[in-house]
Amino acid sequence: MSIQPNGAPASTSAHPLEITPASNLGHRHRLGRIWRIIFLASTLVGIVSLITLLLTILNDSMGYVAYEFKVDPTSLSASGLALQELSRDALVAILRQNISANAYNTLEKAKPFAERSQADVYDLVYERVIEPEVAKTWTLFESLFERRQVFTEATEQYPQATLSFTFWINPEFLSDPQSSDALFAGIRTAILGSLWTIAITILVALPLGLGAAIYLEEYARDNWLNRIIQTNINNLAGVPSIIYGILGLAIFVRALEPLTSGAIFGVGDPLTAKGRTILSAGLTLALLILPLIIINGQEAIRSVPNSLRQASYGLGATQWQTIWHHVLPNAIPGILTGAILAVSRAIGETAPLVVIGASTYITFDPSGPFSKFTTLPIQIYQWVSRPQSEFRNIAAAAIIALMVLLLGLNAVAIYLRNRFQRRIS
Amino acid sequence: MQLQTLLSSSDPGLPPDNKYAIQTQHLNIFYGSFRAVKEVNLGIERQKITAIIGPSGCGKSTVLRGFNRMNELVPTAHANGQVLFHGKNIYDHDVDPVQVRKHIGMVFQKPNPFPKSIYENIAWGARINGFKGDTDELVEASLRGAALWDEVKDKLGQSGLSLSGGQQQRLCIACTIAIKPDIILMDEPASALDPIATLKIEELMRDLAKEYTIIVVTHNMQQAARVSDYTAFFTMDQDRAGYLMEYGPTDQMFTNPTQKVTEDYITGRFG
Repeated sequence: MSIQPNGAPASTSAHPLEITPASNLGHRHRLGRIWRIIFLASTLVGIVSLITLLLTILNDSMGYVAYEFKVDPTSLSASGLALQELSRDALVAILRQNISANAYNTLEKAKPFAERSQADVYDLVYERVIEPEVAKTWTLFESLFERRQVFTEATEQYPQATLSFTFWINPEFLSDPQSSDALFAGIRTAILGSLWTIAITILVALPLGLGAAIYLEEYARDNWLNRIIQTNINNLAGVPSIIYGILGLAIFVRALEPLTSGAIFGVGDPLTAKGRTILSAGLTLALLILPLIIINGQEAIRSVPNSLRQASYGLGATQWQTIWHHVLPNAIPGILTGAILAVSRAIGETAPLVVIGASTYITFDPSGPFSKFTTLPIQIYQWVSRPQSEFRNIAAAAIIALMVLLLGLNAVAIYLRNRFQRRIS
Repeated sequence: MQLQTLLSSSDPGLPPDNKYAIQTQHLNIFYGSFRAVKEVNLGIERQKITAIIGPSGCGKSTVLRGFNRMNELVPTAHANGQVLFHGKNIYDHDVDPVQVRKHIGMVFQKPNPFPKSIYENIAWGARINGFKGDTDELVEASLRGAALWDEVKDKLGQSGLSLSGGQQQRLCIACTIAIKPDIILMDEPASALDPIATLKIEELMRDLAKEYTIIVVTHNMQQAARVSDYTAFFTMDQDRAGYLMEYGPTDQMFTNPTQKVTEDYITGRFG
């Protein structure tokens, strides 16, 4: 019998690397593969839902529209030129012929025609004389893949209508104020309202939340009172947002009305806005995201290694010097990550703002924290609840605008965070 | 000469006959209700290296941190008894721990430079302690004092974290001597380093002992024998409270200990 180097007899023992049933290896690998497939599947479900969401919105935001005109545009232009190519004076003439003298004078009084641009007058002609109406809209999908059916349907059912491909999200949509006609409605007021509100939210929630996080993490002793506070903050982060709306209504809109309406500063318009102002909205949203910012801030501060604090104390630094020079600079990337998530949530909030009384229909821009306001989510909410199908299209367009706004703000925040990160490492 | 004046640790207020840099009397340190260290009476001689050795969990580090009130960073920790520094108990109510730590600096087990440039690492500690002189000069003197200058003089702007472990530890020592302490506490300063870096730290400690009083906690018996002038051997009782078993000149402790337990530990029979 030959003896192997390891001392075992060759004939009775298998090679140590040979897989035997006892090692159970196949089963263990199989289990691992199954779990991997499950994890992959859940990732895919997430991605597919996201893509579906985006496609649905895109689907509604552009496509063929059948317009019916009260006055055929071609009949207006005597020279046979397209209306857009006519001179301003020719357009003014058309306008004067087709609208009442009264309406003409009102327009003249608002801004003399001599001072208006050709494009401006063309818009007036389009809106007041031609008076387009949406007969039917088609989705992007139908417009791209079922064009023939779209055309047939349009010619059969709306013989008077003109069919044209329309991007609902366009420069005018972004720059126009609100209007009751979907064709002329824009989201300028809503964008400005959202920006004003979120600015106030950030200004209030970030310093307060950061301060509370520093206190709880660095100063507060571990006693029952602080544990209760901590538990409450954790719970508040899970409270439904509409409840914050009720809180905001009671405190900011009602109890603090003189402050939030601007009355005690002698500004604002107490007759129209009362306490239902941008300031109230900003403060309510600040309350809403405060727990999130505190919890994230605490997490970020906790992740600063203790050895850094010890090094600082060991050199004779005070607690404040340690926090200011070492803890905070190292926690800032984490704090900002939390703040980005929290602010993103605030931008998209609708329910609390509906409760505190956001205006759904205002046509003038907010002029400051004491103005009446509407925000993009409110606008979207109001539009999707309208029965006319074209409002669904502009709601989709507004959703795209909201997402771009959100991504833009996040990009700025992430850029800032990365700059901080680079500086300290 | 310039180095000498910059890093001088002399204190005019010191009585000339006091041979102890720091001295504990009946020092007890607690974590909550647990007594980690009991009745320590230990006088540390000036400009000598005193090593604290003993088995794991006997309270070596706790005693070391008791010398500059670093234990207070643990919320439940408290101490009674006295730690006399220049005749004053550092645990008195009118003593600010921040001031204590300025005079009794500390080097930790794991090198912990700040995520800043090498230059800023040293300048920061001095600056927060009110240093008003020439920072460039201070940085150079401190780095020379920590035997690191030649290795980093061309890259003072680089992050302290870009250095090797041994260099980081010497940077931490440079930060400590930049604030001109009287005493330097070292908590296993070489345990995270390779043998060559360890040797460098030990050489540096011998150099520093010409000016500073050093107290070092170490697990490494050879290290204690190599670098220290005095050795304090700690062990613990049945309640797991650490106490000072034997204390004396290192030569005597390692060749002729008076206690059987000390001999057993030093020769590796337990611990």
